[in-house]
Amino acid sequence: MIKFKNSEITPENIYKKRRSFIKSIGLGASSLAISAIPFANKSSASERDKLTSYKDITTYNNYYEFGTSKSDPYRNSKTFKTTPWEISIEGEVEKPIKLSMEEISEMFVSEERIYRLRCVEGWSMVIPWMGFSLSELLSKVNPTNKAKFVEFESVYDPAQMKGQRYPVLNWPYNEGLRIDEAMHPLTTVVTGLYGKKLPNQNGAPLRIFIPWKYGFKSAKAIVKIKFVENMPTSSWMWASPREYGFYSNVNPNVNHPRWSQATERVIGEGVWAPRIKTLMFNGYGDEVANLYTGMDLKKYF
Amino acid sequence: MQKYLKPSVFILSTIPFLVILYKIFLNKLGPEPVKEITHFTGEWTLIFLCLTLSMSPLKRLTNLSVWVSYRRTLGLFVFFYATLHLLTYVGLDYRFDWQPILDDVVKKKYIFIGFAAWLLLIPLAITSSKKMVKLLKNNWKKLHRLVYIIAIFWISSLYMVIKNDFF
Repeated sequence: MIKFKNSEITPENIYKKRRSFIKSIGLGASSLAISAIPFANKSSASERDKLTSYKDITTYNNYYEFGTSKSDPYRNSKTFKTTPWEISIEGEVEKPIKLSMEEISEMFVSEERIYRLRCVEGWSMVIPWMGFSLSELLSKVNPTNKAKFVEFESVYDPAQMKGQRYPVLNWPYNEGLRIDEAMHPLTTVVTGLYGKKLPNQNGAPLRIFIPWKYGFKSAKAIVKIKFVENMPTSSWMWASPREYGFYSNVNPNVNHPRWSQATERVIGEGVWAPRIKTLMFNGYGDEVANLYTGMDLKKYF
Repeated sequence: MQKYLKPSVFILSTIPFLVILYKIFLNKLGPEPVKEITHFTGEWTLIFLCLTLSMSPLKRLTNLSVWVSYRRTLGLFVFFYATLHLLTYVGLDYRFDWQPILDDVVKKKYIFIGFAAWLLLIPLAITSSKKMVKLLKNNWKKLHRLVYIIAIFWISSLYMVIKNDFF
């Protein structure tokens, strides 16, 4: 594990200031057409889009490989080894490849991507991820015409991952996307957050993030990406098909059997803060709604 | 000695309430405080239910009738923590926004039976005084057998809400 010196880590408040400074220049130039006062626009959405603190993002995690309690991943992942790490892209492709983390960081440039994470349990965070589009990675292989879905397999290592010693889920963790979903520019390969290397409890060294789907779709610590012909059965579908569908798009109109999905709690907002309304596709409808034209999203939940 | 015991039971029973107040105002409930309060009050309702129900068996086991004299206090604390639980959900979590609450009560089994348990607690709380015991005579005992149904409801509700209930 790479150790950062204290001096190398940008404090969160400076990080945020730097961001807003860059933003103010960027917005000033690009959004003149939309609004003469970019900041006025910004402030109306600011409460909703306020970045969640680094502490909450890295100490409040659902990562059952390290335990089922939300504080477990932070505690139990400290010594998790992420080097060496290799990702294999295989299945219905002309030429399968294996890439090391070093190769991946040389081949692709990670950029900051601020996305809202909506957990199926009814809470959300706003996270400044570092990453690049999965489509860039997938373009390194040529899928055969049989390939219809992409399957993601997380690492299986019960010696290091306590939670995998219990049959809580059918390990290794498995997730999947339709090819067009996987190729969508918003589907991100995550390598870091808050400008730092991705912490172990957030899925180091490499995970995916799909902003318009519930958090569990975004598999962590990925070792295998497989093109397949048939719709994969994800770990959560296998555990409870009635509760977790393949698509699992954020949808305030389709309730989870045990709780409502109409609203969400914003993490870190304190005990007196009200819930906020959950948006269709987690607010990314403009970008992704066309993937599901004509589909009954109540049926394909 | 005896005369201090009853007030002590009362004071001890308020401790969980003081603990949660302390945690709320000193911001010690973590990233999802409302959920913590909901779980906390729900759990203490269950604990007080169990305590209330164990007084008669304790009397029989120890041949001491003193146990039964704590039953009313403990029972009223069941109602107290159940009410806090309900208020946390309705007021703090959903801000008295009735539409989603009604949706939940109808659709979600665990909320429905939890709410039913709270409703059943009301007549028991109202008839808990000595006066009422005398007034209702034999019917009082019959009425207060509702506590078994309440306990079954509360435990089932908790069981259903536990995250991994499908295993």
